[in-house]
Amino acid sequence: MSSTQQTEVGSKPSTPQTEGSAPISTKENEFIKAKSYLLTASTNTGINLYDHLSRVLTRVLDERPDNVADVIEDISKDTKRSKFTSDTDTVQDKLDKSTEVALAQLQKKLFSKGEGEEDEAQPDEEVETPLPNLMELCFYFEQAAIGLNREEVIRVWLALKNLVDNHPLQHVRFWGKVLGTEQNYYVAEVEYREGDEEEEEEEEEEQNEEDSTEKDEADEGEEEETEEDDFPKPEFKAPASPPKEDNRTGVNKKTYFVCNEPGKPWIKLPAVTPTQISGARKIKKFFTGRLDAPVVCYPPFVGNESNYLRAQIARISAGTHISPLGFYQFDEEEEEEEEGEARDHFVENLDFEGISVRDLVDPLLTNWVHHVQHILPQGRCTWWNPVQKSEDDYEDEDEEEEREEPDEPEPEVGPPLLTPIAEDDEIGGMSPWTPKLSSNLIPQYSISVMHSNLWPGAHAFAIEKKFENIYIGYGHKYAQDTYSPVPPPPVQEEFPSGPEITEYEDPTPEEEAALRAAQQEAAEAAEEMEDAEEEEDEEDN
Amino acid sequence: MEGDGLHLNIDYVGSSGIILSPEQKAALQTSLIILQNENKFNTVYFWGKISGVKDDYFLAQGVSKNEFDTRKTFYSKDCIHWGLLPPATKSMRDVSKLAKGRFTGDPSYEYEHVEVKKIGEGDDATEEEETVTIKEENRLASVVADIDDDVRIVPRAAYVKTPTGTVISNRSFEGLSVSESAKLCNYTHFREPKLLIEKSLLERANLDKAIDFMDCVEGDIPRGSWSLQFERGSGLVTLRSLLWQGYTFFHVPGSRRFGSVYFGTGEKNLDLPFML
Repeated sequence: MSSTQQTEVGSKPSTPQTEGSAPISTKENEFIKAKSYLLTASTNTGINLYDHLSRVLTRVLDERPDNVADVIEDISKDTKRSKFTSDTDTVQDKLDKSTEVALAQLQKKLFSKGEGEEDEAQPDEEVETPLPNLMELCFYFEQAAIGLNREEVIRVWLALKNLVDNHPLQHVRFWGKVLGTEQNYYVAEVEYREGDEEEEEEEEEEQNEEDSTEKDEADEGEEEETEEDDFPKPEFKAPASPPKEDNRTGVNKKTYFVCNEPGKPWIKLPAVTPTQISGARKIKKFFTGRLDAPVVCYPPFVGNESNYLRAQIARISAGTHISPLGFYQFDEEEEEEEEGEARDHFVENLDFEGISVRDLVDPLLTNWVHHVQHILPQGRCTWWNPVQKSEDDYEDEDEEEEREEPDEPEPEVGPPLLTPIAEDDEIGGMSPWTPKLSSNLIPQYSISVMHSNLWPGAHAFAIEKKFENIYIGYGHKYAQDTYSPVPPPPVQEEFPSGPEITEYEDPTPEEEAALRAAQQEAAEAAEEMEDAEEEEDEEDN
Repeated sequence: MEGDGLHLNIDYVGSSGIILSPEQKAALQTSLIILQNENKFNTVYFWGKISGVKDDYFLAQGVSKNEFDTRKTFYSKDCIHWGLLPPATKSMRDVSKLAKGRFTGDPSYEYEHVEVKKIGEGDDATEEEETVTIKEENRLASVVADIDDDVRIVPRAAYVKTPTGTVISNRSFEGLSVSESAKLCNYTHFREPKLLIEKSLLERANLDKAIDFMDCVEGDIPRGSWSLQFERGSGLVTLRSLLWQGYTFFHVPGSRRFGSVYFGTGEKNLDLPFML
């Protein structure tokens, strides 16, 4: 405190005491110390407080602003800023390549029409394009306070257009956005044109095969090594897991593409297996945003994040994709052919008249139906009998007989396709869906909206003949109780103790000697017997 | 998120799926001004939305000069008529934690929680059931207080503490730079410090008393309870809390624009340790 006072007092025409004058008093000594401290230049900017203060005060006195005590900080900052600095910095002269610029350059491609495309543009209009009118859907969702920014939707739309241009697709839909901890996923749901998917897959497989043959070789090498060591092999064989459903059926009916940012390449998600679906049901993990990230959890999940994402997409679709009653109907011809089996095919009902908005928001929920098949506990949409499979497997027949013949398992049955959502299970006394009008003030022009309570983030809207589903969220199912991981399996039973594994005391040398003597005697006796027998034989002959 | 300029600022969090319908935006623009005027607030903040099974609550907060003073919280179901929430007391917050499940959307709804108490010792112990009722309005007030306490954040140096103890917005705050905004240590909890006093003297030696008077987000437990993402390249930084899913904070690096909003179900994510 004292030093600052002194500075103020002494800062008028202060010149430090010249050397050689009268001995410096303690007060003056302190003053010099204070001033030299103020004159210390900052290591970052190179200015010192003494010069800065004098500049600020000069400026205040020059300009004489009102209420100077309130704005002194600003003046101080301004003075610092106006200090001359050289512009010719070698670092700054380089081209700014921040991530913002990089992304902008990436997304610029979305907005360009592509070379040579302009001439073709007009005939293209006549051809029916599978690209949805995303902006119209965005408009409806915005009425209901759902969705994304408009600019973002436009970018997604352009990215979808890119997808349509590069793949033979019949049907494309923006499925939604899955939030991750590092990056997010935009998900597109597509259906290939008949037969085109196989072609594309074959190409991919060819590439994969090359990789896999290499891998196989590597694996074989490893196996040989292990054989040398001769580890005991476990007799346990895991129960056969249900086979994957074919493309275009069940959970693999649609194909999904994801990207982290519109403009970045779309990546096709692999088809989902029943094991992955049942595995995903047992875990609750955040997505990171990197498709190749491992899913570290208990019970272990088979596959990486792309598989987990695909499994969650399948579960969310099955649980929350709904449409107004009557929009879809079963194909009547097909109905007669496959009786008894669950129908998995439906067509758009061309005579659909639309359901009034009032009826759609009816709390009884009878006017909405699921149009994606329910996933059975097995992880498939159609039930697969595990027993019949194991019989024609390669297992030993004896073993089969020994084992109790398992009863014919009860087939798992789920609600059929196009079941009204009124039959959905309640979540602890809470309705699984919340119907709403988009506006209470102007109800005559509002649209009907459904919010899923089971999968928070899943929404649907419908008006007249239009409807759409969207999902924006973390990809987790709602549960009233907190999640608890599956407990580890019970401790295995100990091996039954018997004589072969019981430990005995080692025999003493005396006992050993006695035993050896006894054995020798026995051997001699046996020899004698044999000799006798031989003799007898000879005699016989 | 500040009430004025809400229609612009809400766009910054749109990529997290937080959207207001045009009708809601228009209604809020009108009613927040009236709310501010009638209650003589310095600033009105749009706090967010808690969605219930039947209906949603929109929430707003008003502050007088000192930003740290107890804020008054208001709720509304139609974005027009605002009702004052009771201040959340300690006992109210403890009891509200017992309520399970989603909000219903009816402020007068009462949750029931049955607590089994053991009376006596050893063999004589008898179980007695005690029913606690929790009013939804009280639960709402507690959840808002909990969220404010746990996750409300601001960029470092956006607020200063004056020598008289009042906390005001920093006139000379110019925003974080891009590299600064990528670090969690440059965000602070906007609440009375809890962890700052536990720091050692050595750690506190270099702190600026006017700026570093709040807890830094970096020390939050569990590690990774914040998801920091750059959007539009590096033109916008978004922090999402994974503890209170739905709390989103945005900041435009190099500018004074920042804010946060909560759009969620009002349930704490207790499963977080398993999910990371």
